[in-house]
Amino acid sequence: MDAVTGNDLNIRAGLGSAHARIAAAEGLRPLAGTWGKQVDVTVENVARSFGDTAALHGVSLKIASGELVALLGPSGSGKTTLLRILGGLDFPSEGRVLFGAEDALGLSVQERNVGFVFQSYALFRHMTVHDNIAFGLSVRPAKRRPAKAAIKKRVDELLDLVQLTDLGKRYPAQLSGGQRQRVALARALAIEPRILLLDEPFGALDAKVRKDLRRWLREIHDRTGHTTVFVTHDQDEALELADRVAVLNKGRIEQIGTPDEIYDAPATPFVAGFIGETNALPVRVESGKIFLDDRALDLASTGEADGPRMLAFRPHDIEFTGEGAGGIAGLVVSELRHGATRRLAIEVGPQRHRIEIDVGAETAGQKGNRVVVLPRSWRLFSPDAFRG
Amino acid sequence: MRASSQGALKKPSVIPGFGLALGFTLAYLSLIVLIPLAALVLKTASLGWPEFWRIATDPRTIAALKVSFGISFAAAAINAVFGLIVAWVLVRYEFPGRKLLDAFIDLPFALPTAVAGIALTALYAPNGWIGELVKPFGIKIAYTPIGILIALTFIGLPFIVRTVQPVLEDLDREVEEAAATLGARRFQTFRKVILPALLPALLTGFALALARAIGEYGSVIFIAGNIPFVSEIAPLLIVIKLTEFNYPAATAIASIMLAISFVLLLVINLLQAWSRRGLSNG
Amino acid sequence: MADVALVPPVGAPRRREVISEGLFVRVVLIAIAVALLGIFLLLPLVSVFYEAFRTGFGPYWAALGEKDALAAIRLTLLVAAIAVPANLVFGVAAAWAIAKFDFKGKSFLITLIDLPFSVSPVTSGLIYVLLFGAQGFFGPWLQSQGIQIIFAVPGIVLATIFVTFPFVARELIPLMQEQGTTDEEAAISLGAGGWQTFFRVTLPNVKWALLYGVLLGNARAMGEFGAVAVVSGKIRGQTNTMPLHVEILYNEYMAVAAFAVASLLAMLALITLGLKTFLEWRFSGEIAAIRR
Repeated sequence: MDAVTGNDLNIRAGLGSAHARIAAAEGLRPLAGTWGKQVDVTVENVARSFGDTAALHGVSLKIASGELVALLGPSGSGKTTLLRILGGLDFPSEGRVLFGAEDALGLSVQERNVGFVFQSYALFRHMTVHDNIAFGLSVRPAKRRPAKAAIKKRVDELLDLVQLTDLGKRYPAQLSGGQRQRVALARALAIEPRILLLDEPFGALDAKVRKDLRRWLREIHDRTGHTTVFVTHDQDEALELADRVAVLNKGRIEQIGTPDEIYDAPATPFVAGFIGETNALPVRVESGKIFLDDRALDLASTGEADGPRMLAFRPHDIEFTGEGAGGIAGLVVSELRHGATRRLAIEVGPQRHRIEIDVGAETAGQKGNRVVVLPRSWRLFSPDAFRG
Repeated sequence: MRASSQGALKKPSVIPGFGLALGFTLAYLSLIVLIPLAALVLKTASLGWPEFWRIATDPRTIAALKVSFGISFAAAAINAVFGLIVAWVLVRYEFPGRKLLDAFIDLPFALPTAVAGIALTALYAPNGWIGELVKPFGIKIAYTPIGILIALTFIGLPFIVRTVQPVLEDLDREVEEAAATLGARRFQTFRKVILPALLPALLTGFALALARAIGEYGSVIFIAGNIPFVSEIAPLLIVIKLTEFNYPAATAIASIMLAISFVLLLVINLLQAWSRRGLSNG
Repeated sequence: MADVALVPPVGAPRRREVISEGLFVRVVLIAIAVALLGIFLLLPLVSVFYEAFRTGFGPYWAALGEKDALAAIRLTLLVAAIAVPANLVFGVAAAWAIAKFDFKGKSFLITLIDLPFSVSPVTSGLIYVLLFGAQGFFGPWLQSQGIQIIFAVPGIVLATIFVTFPFVARELIPLMQEQGTTDEEAAISLGAGGWQTFFRVTLPNVKWALLYGVLLGNARAMGEFGAVAVVSGKIRGQTNTMPLHVEILYNEYMAVAAFAVASLLAMLALITLGLKTFLEWRFSGEIAAIRR
């Protein structure tokens, strides 16, 4: 149960649902047939180092055609490096990247045909919104370049898609942050990309606009069916938006899975700590039983070797039990209103290990009381690997 | 401006010294700059239109203005191209000696013009290091209009480099990456994305170099040969008229040049406003 | 670009520079820039010293020790010693008024301060001739009082002040505007007087920018040629500054002597460049608007 490295982690769960959704959305496509052919993406043992420091250690990942995948991790986790490698803006020191069966690393960024939405949007500020969106088509070699009228038609369709129909003549400076973001997306979609890559797509926006755009991006994805990868450090964003989430830490993929898997069954202590909030309580495993300060807890640990462990569980994922029922007993030392719930801090045992639990907001006045709780779902991790 | 009291010239402030500082500033500005310049305007006005027109349309005056403008324009244009290359190389590439090169760009600002003048003449004269090299091809640089072009290019180079450099440094690299992901080749990116962003700065530098070149005197007169109608620049003609005690002619020519400088100054200010507007959004 | 040093990875045979140029283009551009700057900037500088020492050290020292040369050096130092401090005081006053207060006509005032930069040096001298020369507006009156400005040291000083007028102000104004007024307001709220605030709060905040402006202004003051040529009369030993002395010697075909004096001015330029680069490197944050 030690930290799992990202090598060869090819969890394919969740793909089926993505395909189904795309099929269902087929009828909704306003520009049916105009999107580029979508491909699946294979990342094999990709490593990247900058001088002495390694940004990625042999990362592998498979992304199905039409899937929406989030690369989630703290800053310095290598998620943006991975995205830039996919986009052809950076190059791995080792490993392979395949678009379908084609070796993507043999393609220059221009040939790769990816739609890249930059964190700062990187709009061309001396061009109108229309010209920004048209750029990718207008720089094509003459034989592949659509006629002026066709480009204009295409841009107008995209402006409709991103709900900026009448703003084509504006300059980027005359738009709000959310509008710029949508122009950046339209510009990336204009070149009929094989995959769509977004770097912290909502990073520069305020909270309200962020939530609206998140929903809207999901809708666009469902309508256009692009294979999409986006980078974020915001767990809510990743869980809400993505079909699957890859959690990165220190240049390794810690876990890949559906939002449910990531949240409910974190594979590593890092994931448990990074996604949502987690309590960590030092325990011991002895012949299949879990001991907290010499008292056996009413939790079954089948197949665990003997030794010290960290018991990890979510604050909201607990139930109260009676005294003597093998629960975790402790003293409530503080209570804080926490949104719709109330959060109790509890000191457990002689070493006063602190855990937090969420209870109904109506449960006030618990401070100083003794409570006994048991986690409903939990995991055990090796203590030295735990950093939560 | 938000004046809290109606019609006030100045916003109230707790900081003292406004009257003293502004009073001294205006007095000094008037004494050193405004009154002397007004004297020039007054003197020109006292000539009367027919006299002014006679001087302004004198073939020698026109020839000198043509030489000054034509060659200044050519020098600024040469500097626009090479200054852009130099700025690009200094900002974008790492190579040994880059910092030293960067520091040397300002040499024409720091080197007295007379020194530049005799040094360039020594180099480009028929027996100079460079003059000797081109002599076999029948090219004469010093004492011809080409010499003037060399001198004006020398003094104008820093203007272009120093206006383009900061803009190039501030250019968002992501914009270039965006162009690349959209399929633009490197040269397309340069032409369609980078160059338009640099254009205001490039034009500002061009105008600054042009303004400086038109008025330049010291570095030119040694190398020019100063042959009337061929290589005689307008500032030199002013000096010649002065030494002949022909003050009306000197004044009239100076006024024409001053008017041209003001127009250029206006253009520069407009360009800089444009450039700032371009930079402020993002 | 960190990836430059990397070995091309297996499976990526055609790795390309994404937002840089190919090696060939880079080398060509660097070569153009280096050649251009070498021929255009460095070679003239080298030739000054080459010509000055062409006949050895003896003639060089003789040229510099000559009476008129020494007089020119003294006059140049004197003129700079008057013009630079005068413009320093003005620059500080103008920056104080413009940066610390809001008043109508401010941007017009800034334009007026920059005005001397867009006037031809020759015109800068001419305007004083028109005012104070024998045929000028105040000429007859000055003559009756026995005061001579044109073809004398005062005229040289005035013309030098004119051409170096904006140097300090244009360094200080943007920096002090950027710094705002909070420091001064804090000092005053703590009981400091106006001059105390200026010397103990404002001045330390802008000292490097001030020095920067003085440095550039001084180089121009000592090197000015056109404006001074018009008002000086070029009387040897009396109204000849170093640049004018260079011209006279050069026109008299005394090339070694001319280049010897010129080499002093070239060294001044090199020292100025060195100090300027040092200030930009060491105090870049404290010098606003380094680059125009």
